[in-house]
Amino acid sequence: MKPKVAFFEFTSCEGCQLTVLDTLQRHPELLEVIEIVQFREAMTERSDDYQIAFIEGSCTRPSDEEKIREIRTQAQIVIAVGACAHLGGINAIRNRMPLDDVREYVYGDKKDWFETYPARPLSAVIKVDAVIPGCPIDRDEFAMAVTHLLQGRMPAIPDYPLCIECKLTENVCMFLRGQTCLGPITRAGCDAICPSCGQGCEGCRGLVPSPNLGSIKEALRERGMTEEQIDARLSLFLTYQTMQMDGVTPA
Amino acid sequence: MSTLKVDVHHVTRVEGHGNIVVDVENGELTQCDLQIVETPRFFEAILRGRAYDEASHITSRICGICAVGHATASLRATEQALGVTPSLQTTLLRKLNFHGEILDSHVLHIYMLVAPDYLGLGSVIPLAKSAPDLVLRALRMKQLAGDLCATLCGRHTHPISMTVGGFTQFPKPADLRALRERLVASRADCDATIQLLQGLEFPAFERDTEYVALHRDDEYCFIDGSIASSDGGIRPLADYREVTNETIVPHSSAKHARHQRESYLVGALARFNINYDRLHPRAQAAAEALGLRPKTINPYLNAAAQAVEVVHCTEDAILLIDQLLEHGIRHEEPAAPTRMSGEGVGAADVPRGTLFHHYKIEDGTIVGANCIIPTGQNLANIELDMRALVPGILDRTQQEITLALEMLVRAYDPCISCSTHMLDVKFV
Repeated sequence: MKPKVAFFEFTSCEGCQLTVLDTLQRHPELLEVIEIVQFREAMTERSDDYQIAFIEGSCTRPSDEEKIREIRTQAQIVIAVGACAHLGGINAIRNRMPLDDVREYVYGDKKDWFETYPARPLSAVIKVDAVIPGCPIDRDEFAMAVTHLLQGRMPAIPDYPLCIECKLTENVCMFLRGQTCLGPITRAGCDAICPSCGQGCEGCRGLVPSPNLGSIKEALRERGMTEEQIDARLSLFLTYQTMQMDGVTPA
Repeated sequence: MSTLKVDVHHVTRVEGHGNIVVDVENGELTQCDLQIVETPRFFEAILRGRAYDEASHITSRICGICAVGHATASLRATEQALGVTPSLQTTLLRKLNFHGEILDSHVLHIYMLVAPDYLGLGSVIPLAKSAPDLVLRALRMKQLAGDLCATLCGRHTHPISMTVGGFTQFPKPADLRALRERLVASRADCDATIQLLQGLEFPAFERDTEYVALHRDDEYCFIDGSIASSDGGIRPLADYREVTNETIVPHSSAKHARHQRESYLVGALARFNINYDRLHPRAQAAAEALGLRPKTINPYLNAAAQAVEVVHCTEDAILLIDQLLEHGIRHEEPAAPTRMSGEGVGAADVPRGTLFHHYKIEDGTIVGANCIIPTGQNLANIELDMRALVPGILDRTQQEITLALEMLVRAYDPCISCSTHMLDVKFV
């Protein structure tokens, strides 16, 4: 029997689900082996009878926690899709700022009308079985994840740094090009797409296991970056992870 | 039906989370809201304190569908603030890249989000079996649009090589020639798209409103230009607040906007109504075939205006590639800032309408930011359309009324997760 699959999104740009749609378009054979029973962005039909849940987005308000837990209760397997779900992503940048100030800046004296709290990855709310990292996710990695699930195993992601893929792609190192890059501390799996396009890695796939943060900061300092600029770079996608390493988790 | 309650929780086949709530009691419409229940996202607040060259990478994450549009408006705001003048090559590459996004987004909307309603389906998926040619065509067109963006900026969601003052990678002439060939071949798909829309029966609902779009005298404008209104008047981009006049309403985490009337409309239909004369002749012919001429006041026909733009962008992309090949692609360093402090407004008419980014930068650091998103500008207009629509269709079944309302909301191609972080910041 085809596994029943549902897609959900919380605070996000829905770019990962668009990447999923794109993957399904390029690999229509995937639709032959799974049954999509819920995908609000693409279809009206919906059923809450599913085994695998793919969730995009961060949890950014208390009332979303219950919905996320409901999905966990229903699904046998929950996969976090993309940097927002995996890491808190761009949403977590605001965790470094006083929340009240952030709310007031956007909604002024109406700031209490709209519920919010510090952004967090799904794993801060429920047990997550596997992640598909990236901002956005990589098409091939999504297709591979589905393949792994059909084979009865959890999607595996690389546990080595981006630099390895970047070398295999035969890019000239961004540091040798006079620029900066988070490749040495970032999990591989995107084929070093940003360095290949002339931009340093921003860490959207999250930290590699046991990252040497001291060493990357030293390398960035040598390139003339100030402590503030280094903090900013490390907080684009890695705010939640680095704060967690410092023992800080939001209430 | 003298009493009616419609409560569509999380409208499907739109980007983001919105509810339609309609209440009719004894024949009187007492509530008619499009509730925006998306979580607030606070982009303007998180931009503060960031280096100027990070802004486009952060703000492209506002939206997975119009990521190139956000990056473009963001870069233009930064460039205005810091006195950066991009080269002709950069301008041409950005326009070409932008067409890729319009094509991708419009094809997605027409084929995957709108067409199923008119064909009595809940999604495009059953069509893969019943109308494989239609689905394959949509996929072919989307893939071409995606490949166009990938060639120019790395990927459509989220662009990589677009940067302040230029690009960090450049297409090879052979890549551009290959794209040109596919664009020329895509004319047949464009024709078939127009034929598809000719066969759809759009609801005969009309309501005149104010239409707002970017405008230039010399082209069908998507980037820069001035702000034009169908009610008259052309304003410089810097005066955008006099057009958008944002207000906060309790049932929407996205703000509402009004200009010279109670509401206004942005998007393909507004661009078509205002800039019709500057459409490529083939696009004008497509409009003719659809019976579409300015000013068209049926909001359901936004999808038809999008199809006209698909033709225009395909043709204009071919012309842009010819220009680029004629000039020859050079590996240019991005144009540098001439100052490190300043304030600037950037604008782009993205698939869903006019988008404004406004930054204040001090010593290279962003200290104030304001982003005004098309869907936010459309919300008040959608609600007024709903109010005008419902009394005329109360003789139908609840199911039919609900579908008509959902189709109306979908016609605007709303991008809800984008729109929930607008604000009106006073820069100090």
